Amino acid sequence: MTRRLESQVLDCAPGMRRREFLKLSVAASGGLLIGFYFPASAAAAAETFAPNAFVRIGKDELVTVIVNHSEMGQGVYTALPMILADELDADWNKVRFEPAPVDPAYNHPVFGIQMTGGSTSTWSSFEQFRKAGAAARALLVMAAAQQWSVEPGSCRTENGSVVHAGSGRRASYGSLAEKAAGLKPPAQVALKDPKDFKFIGKPLKRLDTAEKTNGKGIFGIDVKMPGMLTAVVARAPVFGAKVKSFNADKTKAVAGVRKVVQVPSGVAVVAEGFWAAKRGRDALQVDWDLGPMADFSTESQRKQYAELARQEGLAAKKAGDAGGALASAANKIEAVYEVPYLSHAMMEPLNCAVDLRGDRCEIWTGTQFQTIDRMAAAEVAGLKPEQVRIHTTLLGGGFGRRACPESDFVREAVQVAKAAGAPVKVIWTREDDMHGGWYRPMYYHTLQGGVDAQGYPVTWVQHIVGQSIMADTPFAKMMMKDGIDPTSVEGAADMAYALPNLQVEYHPTKNAVPPLWWRSVGHTHNAFVKECFLDELAALGGKDPLDVRRKLLAKAPRDLGVLELAAEKAGWGKPLPAGRGRGLAVHASFESFNAQVAEVSVDKDGKVRVHRMVSVMDCGTYVNPGIIEAQVQGAAIFGLTAALYDELTFANGRVQQSNFHDYPMLRMNETPEIEVHVVKNTEKSGGIGEPGVPCAAPAVCNAIFAATGKRIRKLPIRMNEAA
Amino acid sequence: MISFIVNKRRVSVDVDPATPLLWVLRDNLGLTGTKYGCGMAQCGACTVHIGGQAVRSCVAPVSRAAGKEVTTIEGLSPDLSHPLQRAWLEIDVPQCGYCQSGQIMSAAVLLKEIPHPSDDDIDQALTGNICRCGTYPRIRRAVHRAAEMMAERPPGAKPRPKPGTAGGEP
Repeated sequence: MTRRLESQVLDCAPGMRRREFLKLSVAASGGLLIGFYFPASAAAAAETFAPNAFVRIGKDELVTVIVNHSEMGQGVYTALPMILADELDADWNKVRFEPAPVDPAYNHPVFGIQMTGGSTSTWSSFEQFRKAGAAARALLVMAAAQQWSVEPGSCRTENGSVVHAGSGRRASYGSLAEKAAGLKPPAQVALKDPKDFKFIGKPLKRLDTAEKTNGKGIFGIDVKMPGMLTAVVARAPVFGAKVKSFNADKTKAVAGVRKVVQVPSGVAVVAEGFWAAKRGRDALQVDWDLGPMADFSTESQRKQYAELARQEGLAAKKAGDAGGALASAANKIEAVYEVPYLSHAMMEPLNCAVDLRGDRCEIWTGTQFQTIDRMAAAEVAGLKPEQVRIHTTLLGGGFGRRACPESDFVREAVQVAKAAGAPVKVIWTREDDMHGGWYRPMYYHTLQGGVDAQGYPVTWVQHIVGQSIMADTPFAKMMMKDGIDPTSVEGAADMAYALPNLQVEYHPTKNAVPPLWWRSVGHTHNAFVKECFLDELAALGGKDPLDVRRKLLAKAPRDLGVLELAAEKAGWGKPLPAGRGRGLAVHASFESFNAQVAEVSVDKDGKVRVHRMVSVMDCGTYVNPGIIEAQVQGAAIFGLTAALYDELTFANGRVQQSNFHDYPMLRMNETPEIEVHVVKNTEKSGGIGEPGVPCAAPAVCNAIFAATGKRIRKLPIRMNEAA
Repeated sequence: MISFIVNKRRVSVDVDPATPLLWVLRDNLGLTGTKYGCGMAQCGACTVHIGGQAVRSCVAPVSRAAGKEVTTIEGLSPDLSHPLQRAWLEIDVPQCGYCQSGQIMSAAVLLKEIPHPSDDDIDQALTGNICRCGTYPRIRRAVHRAAEMMAERPPGAKPRPKPGTAGGEP
């Protein structure tokens, strides 16, 4: 599986520009289906083309946009239809969305597999959806022009109709659909001048709000099929543990339990409905061979990481002579920063429904990784990938967890369905989800830094210790160089600060706890460390944190731009009520630029209260500022949750947290006012789902220093551990 | 056999009386708008009304509903006309949407009891409902907006056209 996928990923390396070819076919409804042929890869461009369909226009005037990215809250079921509808000059009230089936035609234009992640959905599909809309529009104009025996050039389009300028004749897109379907597409289509965009750049309402407000939206956990059973799986209590034996006598006595089957991940209890399956699972007695992780603990891991950080690591960045500059610095400090394992904790726990029969396998699930899941399912089922159909449901949050390189939750569900011999939906309990691994890995950083005689930072030495996410995945070959996982050092090795001397070393570690991308990935820890340690250096040199950043970002205009605006909007330097402090952070990630200012107080019991956040986002050319505001607010809350509360710790090989009582989420009453400013410019589009996360923790920690004089160097924030 | 009324429809289910109402709604009655999030009354995704009170259905045994009236998100209104649903649409509250049924059902009880809630009232009523996407700022705005809508048009009243507008609906 891995090798096959690797070659597929490699074939479609980033940066590849694809030529598009138009293709038409008549949809089953008699409507117009417009799509593209893309070469499968640059090498095969001449002879191999894959069809790719993004829009369907019916006689009923409905414009259905087929979206090849998963909707997990980020608004892609609205943003991509907006792009297409704009070039189409569609009537927005007639626009609908539909999740794409799994097909190479729907592969991510940059990553070469069908997936959603890396804050790339909107920008990577921007041109693709524009061209799909423009091509559809051109054909509808041709159809109208033929019908009226006029020149296409004498027709224009508006709001779902073609209009002939001279005669004022008008034909709706629906009425032209059938005729347009029979036409040969033009070789080239013209795109709009961006100044003529009608939808792009406007805060249009989301298309998926109604079904998320009346209970009708179908998430994976809601899927039903005839004869379907529900399974709950008893999984290893320690990573790497194996089933030695199990006793299901009590389980089988539970009303509604139909089958108990062993699968590679554990023992599945298959029943009529969740509750019977859960009760059956609770009654199951499993004897586990715990394996080498039986004694694993967070304490021993910290010691191991601290030891590693003292050794020489892999050079992720070497500029100037950081060591020499430390020796000659006017003043210097060193510090240790730490972050824990984190669970994605999507509100909808993992689940997957499978109907496996003979020569086909139907899967319903909320996934970010269709291509990989399909290959995994095919492998388990003994089928070809083409015999596996994945129906992408709504995702009750993703944050990276539903993009698993090993397809753990899909693979297991197919195994259960195979063993049970019936259509099955596997549901993970919250505890199962939290104990299931694929966490944001724990990281340990050591830092040394120095300032010059004027008090400005001149040198920085950083050691980053932690598990690589990419290593041992199909992405390693494409993404890793010289053993360095870019996601482990992103935001540190490539920091925007103009430091003459910068040395960043990476120490990859391995253990059986599976690591995974978690909303903003390496930036989750590297931004925290970079922005807090820079604050330490500013304090060491007796400088204002804003002034130091200004000086070091003088040649980074977009970083500087968001920094200045955030400082202005937050009233940086203006007096605050007694006991409050302001902290700031600025960080670029996923090709977008974000700065945040937090206003914080700490009560006498050490409880941190965040009163206000200002977040400024420059994501370049944007599609829907209403969705962006929501993403940036939500990202700040996601970052605050990790900063204030969360950690997964291990003792005796077991994760010690299990549910929201000991792995809390920020709640309504703790949520500060979050003011979002979106920068308007014409720069290339960047991401939006993740870039709002990294600054939240350092802004808060720097504000705590401003309010209390105490430094937070370990997350989550525990004031009693602050120095 | 346990009988109760769900969304104005009488139902009888033959299940263990200790089964949480959540799973009876979802698995026996097909009402999947009510969500499972934690199973221990920590997140509020499963919030429904029993006799007009907000209840975490993941820990409420179905026996508690016997003979009572249960309302789920599907029964809040037949057509998205409840002020909260209208406000949710106007302000575009949901992101992933998974927690929103519970948020709305908690807010509905709040507005019934306190037609003009303060921010503190909203905190009180909705702090039991987690949203991992972080839609809280918009939920707060939408609850205030729904309260305004209710004041404009009391439940059951005919639309009252505003001067200069064609009708009561936005």
